[in-house]
Amino acid sequence: MKNSNHHIVSALVENRSGVLARIAGLFARRGFNIYSLAVAPTDDSKLSRVTIVVDVETSLLNQVVNQLNKLINVVEIQELSPLDAVERELLLATVQCSTGKRSEIIQIVTALGGEIVDADISSLTIEMSSTPEKLDTLEELLNSYGILKIQRTGRVALPRLGYLAETVADSELKLA
Amino acid sequence: MKLTGAQALIKSLEHQGVEVIFGLPGGAILPVYDPILDSSIRHILVRHEQGAGHMAEGYSMATRRPGVAMVTSGPGATNIVTPLMNAFMDSTPLVVVTGQVATGSIGTDAFQECDITGITMGITKHNWLVKDPNEIPQIVAEAFHVATTGRPGPVLIDFPKDIANSAADYYTPGSVSLAGFNIQTEPDSNAVAAAADLILKSKRPVLYVGGGVLKSNASAALRILVEQTSIPVVTTLMARGAFPDSHELNLGMPGMHGTYTAVTTLQKSDLLIALGARFDDRVTGKISAFAPNAKIIHADVDPAEIGKVRKPDVVLLGECRRSIEELTRALTEKTSSSNEALPLNITEWHNTLKEWQQKYPLSYDRQASDVIKPQYVIEEISKRQKEGTILASGVGQHQMWASQYWKFNSPNTWVNSGGAGTMGFGVPAAIGAKVGRPDKQVWAIDGDGCFQMTAQELVTSSAEQIPVKIAILNNAYLGMVRQWQHMFYEERYSEVYLSPDLPDYVKWAEAMGAIAFRVDTPEEVIPTIEKANEIDDRSVVIDFRTDVTERVFPMVPAGAPNDDILVSPEHADGIIQ
Ligand SMILES: Cc1ncc(C[n+]2csc(CCOP(=O)(O)OP(=O)(O)O)c2C)c(N)n1
Ligand SMILES: [Mg+2]
Repeated sequence: MKNSNHHIVSALVENRSGVLARIAGLFARRGFNIYSLAVAPTDDSKLSRVTIVVDVETSLLNQVVNQLNKLINVVEIQELSPLDAVERELLLATVQCSTGKRSEIIQIVTALGGEIVDADISSLTIEMSSTPEKLDTLEELLNSYGILKIQRTGRVALPRLGYLAETVADSELKLA
Repeated sequence: MKLTGAQALIKSLEHQGVEVIFGLPGGAILPVYDPILDSSIRHILVRHEQGAGHMAEGYSMATRRPGVAMVTSGPGATNIVTPLMNAFMDSTPLVVVTGQVATGSIGTDAFQECDITGITMGITKHNWLVKDPNEIPQIVAEAFHVATTGRPGPVLIDFPKDIANSAADYYTPGSVSLAGFNIQTEPDSNAVAAAADLILKSKRPVLYVGGGVLKSNASAALRILVEQTSIPVVTTLMARGAFPDSHELNLGMPGMHGTYTAVTTLQKSDLLIALGARFDDRVTGKISAFAPNAKIIHADVDPAEIGKVRKPDVVLLGECRRSIEELTRALTEKTSSSNEALPLNITEWHNTLKEWQQKYPLSYDRQASDVIKPQYVIEEISKRQKEGTILASGVGQHQMWASQYWKFNSPNTWVNSGGAGTMGFGVPAAIGAKVGRPDKQVWAIDGDGCFQMTAQELVTSSAEQIPVKIAILNNAYLGMVRQWQHMFYEERYSEVYLSPDLPDYVKWAEAMGAIAFRVDTPEEVIPTIEKANEIDDRSVVIDFRTDVTERVFPMVPAGAPNDDILVSPEHADGIIQ
């Protein structure tokens, strides 16, 4: 990740009203910054998975995890180190595009693995799902053509297979 | 069984063993007040909802049972926000029920609608908005479970009016299991062994005892640990009473207004054993200069406290009482199979502490004959306390003197507001404590400023026959603030003068049904205390006119290193650094 203060926290939370407010409120009152946040239901209709990219110093990460874990609706939580996680993010961007530049842009997008999902005479809308780093590259390249609108989802992540997830309690005891 | 939601709520509270509810009705909670008439639960009608909250806290702190309060929506709910915050800071288990507008009206700015679950998210362990009447027994069971399990704290149940009026299935709730709420109670055995090793190696150990020792009912276990090891003890503001003041190894309170010896013992120690304490800034002073040479053993039930302020060397995550018991066991085992012995060989350390104690005892001008010294009043009440007397206090100078000069000898006899420092806590908290322990005498040391914030609850005490004794240390000032202006703002006194006579405390107390005295001279202090102690059926208020200029010492200025402790002026020369 670009910013060394960025850490991925993945939490399984109960689908109750207010659960997002509880998480966001906790971050606000403890002075932790959220860089990005993605939430969606899981296969179990009672649970959602939240992926939060936290912008805190490494020394504070334990505090973030421990405080989040105190929320009753947070069922399970783990830090995912980028090395041990599969990360994806989705990007949608509308780019200005004069007729002369059209094929150039399409070339870049397809080379990086993106797609054109909408077009009119003067612009293109591009979709790409990839690692956040690759999306950064795409965004930089598109910038030179003029991005009109952009929306990124923030990353979602799951542990790599074979990676033994450490529970919070385990990593806590290792402090000793 | 089919009941109304209101009946199901009251029945659920009865099922939890609730004996008392402190509260005040209003529109949204009205349906719930009807079945109270038929319930075994005693309802105490307060005069302000803040009073209900602090009474529930006082009740809980004196009994170790959860306190319960019930108020209406909107302003009733916001009036109890301060007690919730206070209970959250001091880990006091409370269950607060607030009325709410009907579910269909939520979000429409209906009359007395207020997003109280939103407001209290950050100051409760959890809160619930009841949306289905059939969930009532389960939610109430969960609420009590969360409030009292692990690190205790307040919870809130928001109860819409239509839910109260609809038909509800009442059932006996099953045992509570919440997927996201798992408390580790037993400390890790390797960590216990590591802690025992550190203790056996230490030359200057100290037990830094916090409120968690009281919450986990660990006073007896602590005493065994101390007596087996002879490690000295400091008891924080929240832990006064957890270990007897009469014990020679009790060095008193550490922190901003702690005893010289308690503060310095922490500073100079080589091993700090924190038991249910959270390294509060009022204890540590400037954190980077706190106990610089000490290794840390941190025992706490809340993982989020571990390493929050100071990184520990050994973590005992679990219930405080279990950690203390296991530590004692490990120490006994280790010493029986090695050449190390208990009690620890730390005579030199003990001698140093004794020197400090002799050189810098708590002190004030005991010869003063023209003014009443506030410390003198506290000492004289303390000397005359009946077995197990409970002391409550407000917040300010009087609170610090109470903590310093009162002799606490049993757990759960000190009811004060620590983490929040809520002025006005004293009167209602004393009343709540008396409700919980009607067999005990309850005194409160209050400030004139604090008294004016919540005195109306003396009406409650008279109406409900809950006799408490309130000693107002009337210095005519917001004294603690005056002290800071004296010391740090060049005696520029800004908005701290209150007047000794406005209000007339005696008349005011009498108007509220209490018996009241005014004490102007030192000679009247003892006889008036004795008079008050003879009155058992009415509340008593004594207006002690105390020295306006008296300051609380020792003092570590806010943010300063603990080594910069200021002792009282008469001891100021020759301080050892
Ligand atoms: C609700 C609230 N408001 C303000 C304060 C700030 N404060 C702390 S102590 C104090 C003075 C208390 O005055 P009094 O009750 O007379 O006690 P004294 O210090 O004089 O003993 C004040 C204003 C507070 N702690 N709580
Ligand atoms: Mg005062």
